[in-house]
Amino acid sequence: MSRSDRTLFNTMLSAIGAALLSTAATAQTLPVPGPTVEAIKKRGELVCGVDSGIPGFAYQDSSGAWKGFDVDYCQALAAAVLGDPKKVKYVGTTAKVRFTVLQSGEIDVLIRDSTMTFSRDIGLGLTEVAVNFYAGQGFMVRKNLGAKTAAELNGATICMITGATLELNIADFARSKGTTINSLLFEKSEEAFAAAEAGRCDGYSDDTGSLAAARSTMKVPDDWMIMPEVISKEPLGIHTRDGDYRWSDIVFWVDTALKTAEEFGITKANVDEKKKSEDPFVRRLLGLEGDFGKQLGIDNEGFYRAIKSVGNYGEIYDTHFGPKALGLPRGLNNLWSQGGLHYPLPFR
Amino acid sequence: MARTKTTSGSNAALWPMKSSHALLWQGVVLGVALLVLFWFGHNAASHLARRNMVLDFSFLWRPAGFAMPFQITSFKPTDSYAMALAAAFSNTLLVSALGVVTATLLGLALGVMRLSTSWLMRSASGGIVELIRNTPQLLQIVFWYVGVLQLLPQARQSLSLGGLFHLNIRGLFLPYPLGGGWTATLAALLVLSLVLVPLLRRFLPMRRRGSRWLWLVPPVLFVALVESLSGWSIPTLKGFNFVGGMVLPPELVALWVGLSLYSAAFIAEIVRGSVEGVAKGQREAAYSLGLRPWPTLRLVILPQALRVMIPQMTNQYLNLIKSSSLGAAIAYPEIVQIFAGTVLNQSGRAIEVMVILMGVFLSVNLLASAGLARLNARFALKER
Repeated sequence: MSRSDRTLFNTMLSAIGAALLSTAATAQTLPVPGPTVEAIKKRGELVCGVDSGIPGFAYQDSSGAWKGFDVDYCQALAAAVLGDPKKVKYVGTTAKVRFTVLQSGEIDVLIRDSTMTFSRDIGLGLTEVAVNFYAGQGFMVRKNLGAKTAAELNGATICMITGATLELNIADFARSKGTTINSLLFEKSEEAFAAAEAGRCDGYSDDTGSLAAARSTMKVPDDWMIMPEVISKEPLGIHTRDGDYRWSDIVFWVDTALKTAEEFGITKANVDEKKKSEDPFVRRLLGLEGDFGKQLGIDNEGFYRAIKSVGNYGEIYDTHFGPKALGLPRGLNNLWSQGGLHYPLPFR
Repeated sequence: MARTKTTSGSNAALWPMKSSHALLWQGVVLGVALLVLFWFGHNAASHLARRNMVLDFSFLWRPAGFAMPFQITSFKPTDSYAMALAAAFSNTLLVSALGVVTATLLGLALGVMRLSTSWLMRSASGGIVELIRNTPQLLQIVFWYVGVLQLLPQARQSLSLGGLFHLNIRGLFLPYPLGGGWTATLAALLVLSLVLVPLLRRFLPMRRRGSRWLWLVPPVLFVALVESLSGWSIPTLKGFNFVGGMVLPPELVALWVGLSLYSAAFIAEIVRGSVEGVAKGQREAAYSLGLRPWPTLRLVILPQALRVMIPQMTNQYLNLIKSSSLGAAIAYPEIVQIFAGTVLNQSGRAIEVMVILMGVFLSVNLLASAGLARLNARFALKER
């Protein structure tokens, strides 16, 4: 056997070995709770990717503490997995880097008002676990513009911030209506607001959650109206990396638990009292019957701790978007039983 | 004489060695540098592989989907990301080219003013230069955009000139010529003639005086070009905005002004420094030959100052090109805004996009600096 033959032989051997190994890996199932949770437990904290700062979803208050809808989700996860909602390290991510930091393993989970789309799921190798907020892109325009619906915006210029899919949605919408809408893209919202205020553009566009916040920052909010229709579906949700479906399962069922808790009237305040309940769904959710938590690889009290620390889905929504906060009607974000879209899978 | 001795000759080197040794060491340094580079690349590749990420540039051929608010190309939403890159890049080049020209003219003017014997000129220029170069560039650009151009009137109250030119917060609207069948050919011929005539006159064997009539060609072509136009597109108010004509958007103007003024302030200082660096005796000699101040400056001082100026100007031009990315703050659709913003976000291909962007800026700046280096070689003192 000459030297080159030997090298060839070695290469083939290792190729066959690798092929065998990889088939073995696909055939075998991941043991609970999966490598991500093991890493989280070893580290003692959950690294949660959130928005770098947007009212409602995630922002830092004057003392530097993280607050917001997505932040509460991080806390619920930490409570379920680690037993303590405070054991979270928040990583504020910009729209540009969010998926890359998730792919690279810098964060365990991305809960950052990010729309779940085909290209993010397939193209980026991410898992779209659950929708936690249904939004849609809308328009805020000057009332004196005289346009009542988005279809009347032919030839208008709309200001918006870059880093989302806003400009794509507007172009799609205009193409579908056979009109032209010019979009002006700003890096930061301050300059975009200033341009809208000065009349450089006829309106401002963003997700419905952010439009309400934008309108409140205008000099005379009453001069502006938010158009009734939305031009895109923006299911904002939780993203994890492909490859650890055990971890994705845990994230999915913690989200389901928060929504189920609202369904059964379990709140942050009455969760201990509800332990006396005879309802089998409540008992399973709170870990009194069965071993649902254990099967996931967190303990049986996991969901109980999550609800105890942040409350149910409705409570989280009200804290950050309710009438006392940003005042955004719940609409699609109601439970299915209230005319909304949240339809949690049953615990059985 | 003592000075030339210390600065010339190989003995003056910091680290005297034989040329063969020097070659060996250069080889070693180059080898180490290549190894480090290879190590970086390998490291990045293996880390990407471990995270199931691959460098994949195929997204460039997928449709972009978004529209460009201002462009000099004909990009449509159905075009590919690669076309979006080209459109955004042409916007970057446009504002950079405009900026380089105006910054140079303005910088020269300010620099010469600073050298003036008149107190008023000198201090006016000094004041402007100090004000501009001591405040952040981004702040200035945002100031021009938000603080100046957004104070212009709304579309319906535009400042109009003869019903043809309209200035409002949406920009400056101008009539736009509509080409006829022959316009494109004639325009190409005009450009060609403008390049060829001086060349021909220079290299033709006949006497320069005899070929003067060649300069008649471009004006004739120009008249033919104007005649070939099928009409003008005049901006008219319709709905929310002006339709027709062409528009110079405030984003472009603000960025252009911001980039030009900032670089002009530094160029002014370069001009002043270089002119003052020319030995005093040169000026005195020119005066004693009876030259007046302006010819002295133009014929004696500036040509000598140019040698010192060019390398420093290169820096300023490269800075200006790179700073054009600040346009992202005021919605100017340049390459960083469109490619590293919209395209990156839609495709999610962060690393690929950044690699392309760095490649683009690197090649533009290397080209610019190579061009200026050749210019420098032409103007540098010829040492024999």
